[in-house]
Amino acid sequence: MARTLTDAKPGDRVRIRRLLPGGGPIRQRLLDMGITRGCELLVERKAPLGDPVEVAVKGCHLAIRKTEAAFIEIDE
Amino acid sequence: MTEEPQATFTVAVAGNPNAGKTTLFNMLTGANQTVGNYPGVTVEKKTGVVTGERCRLEIVDLPGTYSLTAYSQEEVVARDFIIDDRPDVVISVVDASNLERNLYLTLQLAEMGAQLVVALNMHDIAEQRGIHIDTAELSRLLGVPVVITVGNRGQGKRELLSVLENLLLDGAKTKPMNPTYGPELESAVRELAAALQEDQAVGERLPSRWLAVKLLEHDERSRDRVLREAAAPTGILALAHRLADQVRKRQNEDPAVFVAEHRYGHAAGVVRDCVTVHDQGRTLTDAIDTIVCHRGLGFFFVALIVFASFKITFFLADGLTWIPWIGGWRSPVGVSAWIFDDWLPTLVSGMAEGPLKSMVLDGAIAGVGGVMGFVPLIFVMFLMLGVIEDSGYIARIAFVLDRVLRAFGLQGKSILAMIVSGGIAGGCAVPGVMATRTLREEKDRLVTMLVVPFMNCGAKMPVFAVLIAAFFRGYRGEMLWFLAALSWVFALLAALILRRFVIRGEQTPFVMELPPYHVPTLRNVLMVSMERSWMYLKKAGTVILAVSIVLWALMFFPRQDTVEFERQRTELKTSMEAAVPGKAQSIERELHALDDQQQQNQIEHSFAGRFGRSLEPISQLAGLGWRENIALLGGFAAKEVIISTMGMAYSLGKVEAEEQVAGDMPLVMALRQDRKWNPLRAFALIVFVMLYAPCLVTVAAIWRESGSWKWAAFSVVYSTTIALVVSVMVYQVGSALGIGC
Repeated sequence: MARTLTDAKPGDRVRIRRLLPGGGPIRQRLLDMGITRGCELLVERKAPLGDPVEVAVKGCHLAIRKTEAAFIEIDE
Repeated sequence: MTEEPQATFTVAVAGNPNAGKTTLFNMLTGANQTVGNYPGVTVEKKTGVVTGERCRLEIVDLPGTYSLTAYSQEEVVARDFIIDDRPDVVISVVDASNLERNLYLTLQLAEMGAQLVVALNMHDIAEQRGIHIDTAELSRLLGVPVVITVGNRGQGKRELLSVLENLLLDGAKTKPMNPTYGPELESAVRELAAALQEDQAVGERLPSRWLAVKLLEHDERSRDRVLREAAAPTGILALAHRLADQVRKRQNEDPAVFVAEHRYGHAAGVVRDCVTVHDQGRTLTDAIDTIVCHRGLGFFFVALIVFASFKITFFLADGLTWIPWIGGWRSPVGVSAWIFDDWLPTLVSGMAEGPLKSMVLDGAIAGVGGVMGFVPLIFVMFLMLGVIEDSGYIARIAFVLDRVLRAFGLQGKSILAMIVSGGIAGGCAVPGVMATRTLREEKDRLVTMLVVPFMNCGAKMPVFAVLIAAFFRGYRGEMLWFLAALSWVFALLAALILRRFVIRGEQTPFVMELPPYHVPTLRNVLMVSMERSWMYLKKAGTVILAVSIVLWALMFFPRQDTVEFERQRTELKTSMEAAVPGKAQSIERELHALDDQQQQNQIEHSFAGRFGRSLEPISQLAGLGWRENIALLGGFAAKEVIISTMGMAYSLGKVEAEEQVAGDMPLVMALRQDRKWNPLRAFALIVFVMLYAPCLVTVAAIWRESGSWKWAAFSVVYSTTIALVVSVMVYQVGSALGIGC
């Protein structure tokens, strides 16, 4: 199983390996928001119920739901 | 002095949602704005006119977007405008403290072949955060003029206008940087662009390089366009398909990924060359977010802020009497009540008695007055909402509550609309429906709009109060809590059902920016509130006037025969003249009773009365008689009317809702003593009132906000159906079990 953003903990600094295939419009949306290969991502915090997760990428903060985070594969 | 006729040019303003685009637009156009919708969609279109030194500029505010795919209506609208309406210049508003992400959009605008000017906005904040930008270098790298602006201080307006005039009148041309896409993809783009360029139909009209990239990205909208408009669509699409496949096979990745990566790569390159960052340390936004988005405290802060803004809204608009007015200080709602309840009625009091006077007084003035009463509330609600939106906190509300509300097919931001509508007792669904504007996802927005009328708005409360006073004395507090909880349950369940059966489909992917906090711009917030309130007034005012008059006519016609009443009245009056003082008083009471009786008979005789009677076979299943049916029909105009209509139908004369709450008022007494009434029946009525059709003003608001009368009609039908089903169930099950009867 590939490690995805859903496996990362708050405080983790992870590198994006790729966007997993499938997901339709989600993929384009993530790309547009700057989730591109090789780019570093800091997991800031999770919402009170553990979903969505807040990450810092390219100097700005994004809230990403678990369903979308599952498409973001990260380095081990 | 004769002025030379000036040429008019179109200038579009594009930018990311949090780049300060609206502030910049307001700075340029001032109050010279018109607000409308883009054709066929509910996206707001703002235009304004600026008169420069040498020409007139028509400025169009494009919706805020991060990109120009077809992800949302906003993106579609923005890109179609640039391609089809061909503005003479596009201003790309860029947040100076977030250059990389903002340039991603700028590069796409450049690719579309637009004449481009970059407005480097919020430059002051960037400097404060230790970000220094070499603007000359930025301008050179991008190939377009760069102007430093601080929208909320009006800084940079003159420079921007002079750059625009220079471009438009002096023949200066920009040469925007075009991103290239790496050896493999780039050659595919070129080949496809060349093919598009050669097509007689689209070659001249559409930017071929941009279109080529879009086709390789698998953008369906572009494919449809080529299919529709190109002279030889099949050849082009087959080529696009083959080229995209080639890239995918050799690189093992979609062209769309390369496109995004290269655009971001270029943006990063530009940033590297012209931005120097001094260590910023921890930002204030981070510090605030560690507290307000805290896993334990997050809910608490949302509750606190939402509760506070709710309280402030109703306090400023209704609670606090801060306007000096005739007869003492009044609240804004009080002023509106004064105009429509006191002043206008006295103005027309001189009219001859008859249908016309009744129509003006009970139809037009009462109906429109009901609408106007909401305006102060809506205005202040939009002010509060504007502050929450503009400061950036709204994104945190969505973040904290998203998981909870998503379980019901809603999303985090829906909570605001639900609270405003009466999630805390005393709200109003009209501003609630309008508050759904903060939801960008069309489906979430529609579902939210359709369920907020279930909340217990201020106008339903008097109905509950009367029935509680009559049948649940001693349990007032518990009942009110229970009813509040019940309305939440119904709203959330309805959302779930609507999402499953009516407004189906995947939830929109939710990747939301949490922008840095900043102090809201007073001018922005005020302008938006005023313009939204005005739009409400225009639409609601006309619809309501018409329907109020129809409802009035239903209660007024046909007239009953009054001969018998007149005879009795004259009899009583003659006997009163001859009577001793003690007896005269009791005759006077009889006269009043006669008036009330006549009023009741008239209502029963009217179309509304017949309607109420004809519905009895159905409404009896929920324990409701013709009197309640009329009251509920009247309540469709405004829920406040329910109690006063019931008063009339029980021949109690004109009763004021507020008076009923005390507990020993005529209607409470009458219901308590009426043997047909019992707690079960009262509860069935309460449930029906809670759930049935939203009032007319709300329906008008849904019409406006959803952009279609069909959703407004759907809202009326589905909520009334739910109300009927639930109240019948309550009454039948209760009767069978012998509870409360």
